[in-house]
Amino acid sequence: MELDFGPQAADFQHEVRNWLDAHLVGEFAAHRGVGSPTDAEAWEVRLAWDRELAAGGWLGIGWPTRYGGRGLGLLEEIVFNYEHARARAPYRASGNGLDLLGPMLLAMGSPEQKERFLPRILAVQDLWGQGFSEPGAGSDLASVRTRAVLDGDEWVLDGQKVWSTMAQAADWLYVLARTDPESKRHKGLSMLLVPTDQPGVDIRPIRNLAGQDEFAEVFLTGARTAADLVVGRVGQGWRTAMATLGIERGATLLPQQLTFEREADDLVAAAARQAGGLDPELRARVAQAWMSVRIMRVTNLRTVGELLSGRTPGRQASTAKLYASEAHVRLGHLAAELAGPAGQIVGDGYALDLRQRAFLLSLAETIYGGTSQIQRNLIGEQVLGLPRDPRPADPAPAA
Amino acid sequence: MARHAFPGIHTDEQLELRKVVRAFLDRHSDEAEVRRLLATEDGFDRALWRRMASELGLQGLSIPEEYGGSGFGYIEAGLVFEEAGRALLCAPYFATVALAAEALLRSGDTAACKELLPGIAAGQTVATLALGRDPTTWARRRGDGWEITGTEKYVPDGHVADLVLVVCDTDADTDSDTETGPSLFAVDGVASGLTRAALPTLDQTRKQARLTFDAAPARLIGTQGGAEPVLEQTLATAAVLLAAEQVGAASKALELAVEYAGLRVQYGRPIGSFQGVKHLCADLVVELEAANSALYDALWSLDAGSEDVALCAAVARVFCTEAYTRIAGGCIQVHGGIGFTWEHPAHLYFKRAKSSEVLLGTPAHHRGRVASLLGL
Repeated sequence: MELDFGPQAADFQHEVRNWLDAHLVGEFAAHRGVGSPTDAEAWEVRLAWDRELAAGGWLGIGWPTRYGGRGLGLLEEIVFNYEHARARAPYRASGNGLDLLGPMLLAMGSPEQKERFLPRILAVQDLWGQGFSEPGAGSDLASVRTRAVLDGDEWVLDGQKVWSTMAQAADWLYVLARTDPESKRHKGLSMLLVPTDQPGVDIRPIRNLAGQDEFAEVFLTGARTAADLVVGRVGQGWRTAMATLGIERGATLLPQQLTFEREADDLVAAAARQAGGLDPELRARVAQAWMSVRIMRVTNLRTVGELLSGRTPGRQASTAKLYASEAHVRLGHLAAELAGPAGQIVGDGYALDLRQRAFLLSLAETIYGGTSQIQRNLIGEQVLGLPRDPRPADPAPAA
Repeated sequence: MARHAFPGIHTDEQLELRKVVRAFLDRHSDEAEVRRLLATEDGFDRALWRRMASELGLQGLSIPEEYGGSGFGYIEAGLVFEEAGRALLCAPYFATVALAAEALLRSGDTAACKELLPGIAAGQTVATLALGRDPTTWARRRGDGWEITGTEKYVPDGHVADLVLVVCDTDADTDSDTETGPSLFAVDGVASGLTRAALPTLDQTRKQARLTFDAAPARLIGTQGGAEPVLEQTLATAAVLLAAEQVGAASKALELAVEYAGLRVQYGRPIGSFQGVKHLCADLVVELEAANSALYDALWSLDAGSEDVALCAAVARVFCTEAYTRIAGGCIQVHGGIGFTWEHPAHLYFKRAKSSEVLLGTPAHHRGRVASLLGL
């Protein structure tokens, strides 16, 4: 996919390409294409690459200069991410901080929090983990029970978080906790920043079905943090969480698209290589899978185009995740079928090839970030305006 | 080669065009009018056809100005077809604009364009293209001109067309040294030797005819034996404009379904609050947005004259056809019993979806074309 962002981005696009050409060498070049937002692959190399980017001034280019950013706009962010993905540079390891906590602080943090944490994110000195979901609070995030109580000038946290991507590598966590013990659901929550290096924070990796320790459960037992490390107001944590989850992901649409396109191209190439010709049904399904990825490209370009021209993204931005995730799973199934018995063999230590890993990891896409079932509810209600599901008068009793 | 970066972003002028056309069709092609016209043999209103040209220049929108049109591009054309689909416009618009006018423009026959397109643009000439490629239809030289013999079935609006374009082979005996492929001909709608019979159709909003040619006088358009690429390009464009019509209609059918789901109360609450119905509707709008993307990809590609038009057209044909068919079916489903009645408009959208599905090659056919274009 060759994209022309117009004359105003041309110089910047060249600058990015030149820098990548010069720096994506050696060990970094040997790890082209590794990593994704939810992938523990080649962690150390990816961290090192983040530091290379940091040294070149390429992290947080859209952040204000006073915190170490370059104050550039959405267009430059999109162009940079696109060129980075096109060059197949290793996917960043410090995404939680760069893409989630950082923007959260920029939007809702105190001046002190911004001064303290933002430069350290851009220098890849602090890695962050997200503490939102709990065993009893997945789709229904508002039912979180991790509590925080003020003890003098410190919060004391008790509870458990789960599915925290790469929390085992994190120096800090941003935690959604219930700070008003009488409160129910989305009221009385606060977003706390908690250092992990303390006895009260116990992080245990969870192995995913691809055999990777991609995420972790976090046990908070008398964990402590300073009283002023609340992002936004005490009791307003739900707003902070929703703002974080809703942070415009426009800048990452095209990199994700490039990955899908490579998989679709690989699928077509594998189909073309089928000895003895391709079964007609498989041929039709391969064409359909390729077309779905082409549709995704146009959908993403529509959204990016709208964002860049300052328009509110259209309905396709709300339906994209559901469509893409389900199409991606279907593509993975098809690629596995084409790979036949040979495709069922793995390497030592459950080492998976790119296709195998992509297939298994795609299964999470219909679950995280709002399950497909939740997506259908959201689309029905927010896009189509259909009435909400009835809720019981009282919340379900706690498990 | 990098082409236009961001499809689907309409200019303010284009959005205004959509508003104007929608308002015009809301007024002149409401459900009562649709039902009135579909019950007639002609299936359209000549006076409205002329007003479409004189008030809005719809027939000539994308015809170049030198041939009496307004010289707009395919993006504007797509908007008009969307609105026509949405309103279930009963008029020979697709046949005249997407098939006949397009074939004339692609033929490269500037003399024919100069002579025939202005009448189309002015709303005086209804035109169509016989798509059947019946192998028994052929053309023989007669004097300076030609005459056509054979039968073409399923010709869109063939019984009311003033101008009928036909693609057929020429008699091998007449010019064996130039025989390279089929040729494009124009036949006058009231030519001697042409018998036209309207066919009763399942989708009464889109009329078809059987045309029987018995040495009917014909005029060669473009080069003899050179119609294959003309037909290919014409059908690709027509597929995209049909896709626009399908998307517009699907969008309306979905609106009807969602509105009903919000109003119809059973078990003490609107049926749209039940996940079974809500999720059905959600799946339909997901499919509609995918179809929109396929449509915009194809329209923007057509408009830019890109190399990938054939591919984009096939993709649009697959996605827009399947979306419209499923959404129209879903519309009946959501409406329950009343969706099954003649009185409710849902069946009109459903039947138009089905006729559109088979009109220019089914999704299965076009999926196969994509596979071929991918090298499979």
